[in-house]
Amino acid sequence: MSDQSTGSGGAPEERVPAMQRLLDNPFLLLFMGVASPAVLYLIWGVMELSQIPLSP
Amino acid sequence: MAVDTQAPSRGFIGASYRTCPETGLKVCSQAEALIKVNAVVAVVFLAVGGLFGLMVALTRWPAVHLLPADWFYLLLTAHGADVLLFWIVFFEVAVLYFASAIILNCRLAAPKFAWLAFVLMVVGAVLANIAVLQGESSVMFTSYVPMQAAPHFYLGLIVFAVGTLIAVFCFFGTLVIAKEEGSYEGSVPLVTFGAITAAIIAVFTLASGAIILIPTFLWSVGYISHIDPLMYKIIWWGMGHSSQQINVSAQVAIWYAVAAMLLGAKPLSEKVSRMAFLMYILFLQLASAHHLLVEPGVSSEWKIFNTSYALYLAVLGSMIHGMSIPGAMEAAQRRNGFNNGMFEWLRKAPWSNPAFSGTVLSIVIFGFLGGITGVIMGTEQLNLIMHNTLYVPGHFHATVVGGTTLAFMAITYLLVPLIFRREIVFKKIAQWQPYVFGAGIAGISLFMMGAGTLGVARRHWDIGFADAAMSFDYPATAFLMMGLNGIAAICAALGGLMFVLVVVASVFFGKQRTAESIAAFPTLPKTGSAETVTSYGSESHVKLPGTIVLVSVFFVAFVLYYYVNWKYLSEVWPLS
Amino acid sequence: MAITPPQNRLWWKEPLSGVEITWIGVAFIWGLVMFGTMVSWHFVGKQNLSNETYRIDPNAFGEKVEAMTERYQVREEGDTGVPVVRPPPGSDIYMLSRLWEWWPVLELEKDQTYRLHLSSMDWQHGFSLQPQNINVQVHPGYDMVLTITPDKSGEYAVVCNEFCGIGHHTMVGKIHVVDKK
Repeated sequence: MSDQSTGSGGAPEERVPAMQRLLDNPFLLLFMGVASPAVLYLIWGVMELSQIPLSP
Repeated sequence: MAVDTQAPSRGFIGASYRTCPETGLKVCSQAEALIKVNAVVAVVFLAVGGLFGLMVALTRWPAVHLLPADWFYLLLTAHGADVLLFWIVFFEVAVLYFASAIILNCRLAAPKFAWLAFVLMVVGAVLANIAVLQGESSVMFTSYVPMQAAPHFYLGLIVFAVGTLIAVFCFFGTLVIAKEEGSYEGSVPLVTFGAITAAIIAVFTLASGAIILIPTFLWSVGYISHIDPLMYKIIWWGMGHSSQQINVSAQVAIWYAVAAMLLGAKPLSEKVSRMAFLMYILFLQLASAHHLLVEPGVSSEWKIFNTSYALYLAVLGSMIHGMSIPGAMEAAQRRNGFNNGMFEWLRKAPWSNPAFSGTVLSIVIFGFLGGITGVIMGTEQLNLIMHNTLYVPGHFHATVVGGTTLAFMAITYLLVPLIFRREIVFKKIAQWQPYVFGAGIAGISLFMMGAGTLGVARRHWDIGFADAAMSFDYPATAFLMMGLNGIAAICAALGGLMFVLVVVASVFFGKQRTAESIAAFPTLPKTGSAETVTSYGSESHVKLPGTIVLVSVFFVAFVLYYYVNWKYLSEVWPLS
Repeated sequence: MAITPPQNRLWWKEPLSGVEITWIGVAFIWGLVMFGTMVSWHFVGKQNLSNETYRIDPNAFGEKVEAMTERYQVREEGDTGVPVVRPPPGSDIYMLSRLWEWWPVLELEKDQTYRLHLSSMDWQHGFSLQPQNINVQVHPGYDMVLTITPDKSGEYAVVCNEFCGIGHHTMVGKIHVVDKK
């Protein structure tokens, strides 16, 4: 099962597409996966809370 | 594929291995031992937390009303922590080690730290349980401030989270080792990629947990005077909801794994499946906003963008998995010879194998009951008619129990022979277990959602309001729903008991797997050889009429139920 | 298989089947439709939460509730001793939550619009208006303003649906909606 994996498609010198290189890089994905919710959810959310006005 | 050397051999860095007689994979003995202990502890928490859950459901059954109020709230808190957190996360750590060291055929990184992680997790989980059972921390799983639990409740959760974080880094370290030592060629297997997704979400989850739980702990011991309740809630749900997204990723990875191991199914397209996981990595965690849709102080812009996982791109990911997994099963089955008509591939699937039936039930319950309702409840305005009603636990019992727990149970039936190297005992009970458990959970989910639609509050000891100064009566149907929920809970508890019985008996008293028994009852049927499955390229794609029908049914159900709820919403008081 | 590395080293370059492309397209468009539905309801729908919220000290909020109650109290609710308040249509009305009551009881006119202020004196509570099934979270320190227009007369209960301690299940309030006299 483990010995069937050698690639058959594409000549060895053919460049790996950029998207595939991204998906093969767990640490880049880790960065994106933490940065995305940190900015869009946490930071944006906390900014909204900090802008709530005082009761008139 | 079968190499039958049982004797452990030494790798060049001093890690010891055995070669699996069923798969030919090298199995790192440290990884194997850690998978075992994490899985065993997970099952202990499942048993304990499940029992608490049964008592909660029996209390909600108006005719039974088992527990007094204080015990109800206490055990509801313990139920949430033990099954939602401890059972699932211990098992997920086992899945991470399996998806890295075992599947990638390499040694586990930093096993000493992995053991440290395990010890910390056990200590933290036990500490939190002690705090809850002492009675001073009945704050529910969410522990919203300013309600305060005992300091060791928060401390237990923090210690548990630190342990989990160490385990996650052992997983990432193992990926590095596998790549450096060249234990696989090209890209990691799809199942490992799913596990990477789960681990990435886990990092964000645990970081959010640390950000909020550490100050909350300091507040509980008096070093901090005030925790803002809205701030708490936003950051807490960065942990609380994202932790469920770890489950989703792990369980989807398991779906792919079981389909591959039992049917020889191969993803229809590596590209599509991995892009679907990428959508999870980028956007799934935004859905933490589902819990803040009727909160003061956060704008509709924030709510709409986050609750929709950025234009529903993570839902797109789930819908892709929802097609590509049955599609891969259908393709494999058709190649295996079940090619008649629309559904022979499904009818002649190994339904008596609990690993398979559990996986399929997990997909169906998660998709139809959990997924659709989750998206609907996570719609900004629709949340108004659902927030904090029993609809919420109805929904997440379909996702976390029907989806995640059932998927974890299913793969356990493969882990016991492969990792523990024991025969499954009580085969008949094992065969029925996923059906009993699945039926119970589907019932719990449907009846609680039904009661929630009628307005019944969640986390509520007495929906008859007997002790309230002002009275109110929920519709009689709601009481019927809660009775049916109690019956369904008994069914689910029975299914859970069957699982625990089979697993414990197999692990401790099952016969050792031998060469003969492996040959007679292979855990991984031979159907899945590389020749029988499709190779890539549009020419060799098999037609998938059955899958097309299944996803069409799903889509129609989704659209109809979505707009039914808008209709309900349009009938309540105008508010702006 | 999904548990082995992809057979094709350059799997990114594999073509997709028509079924996959179609399903991805359908799912993507459905996502846009759901997103659009949520946005457009803010313009065409009648049930939206306002974004109007203020920070407020719980005691200051309590004083506003007291002031309204003193001014517009019409009677007491049964034998509970809780005042029933009938503020004029269009005005700012207040309901506070605390362990374990909603206070006071409000009497509103059908089809009139009110600015309802909700806040908590202590822990978080859940404002669950039954049998309408409108559910809003109530926080201490924050004054959430909802512009409501009750469009059916009758007696409504306010159930607490956020767990708030051992008396949580006894926390029920009332809103009466009456036809204009």
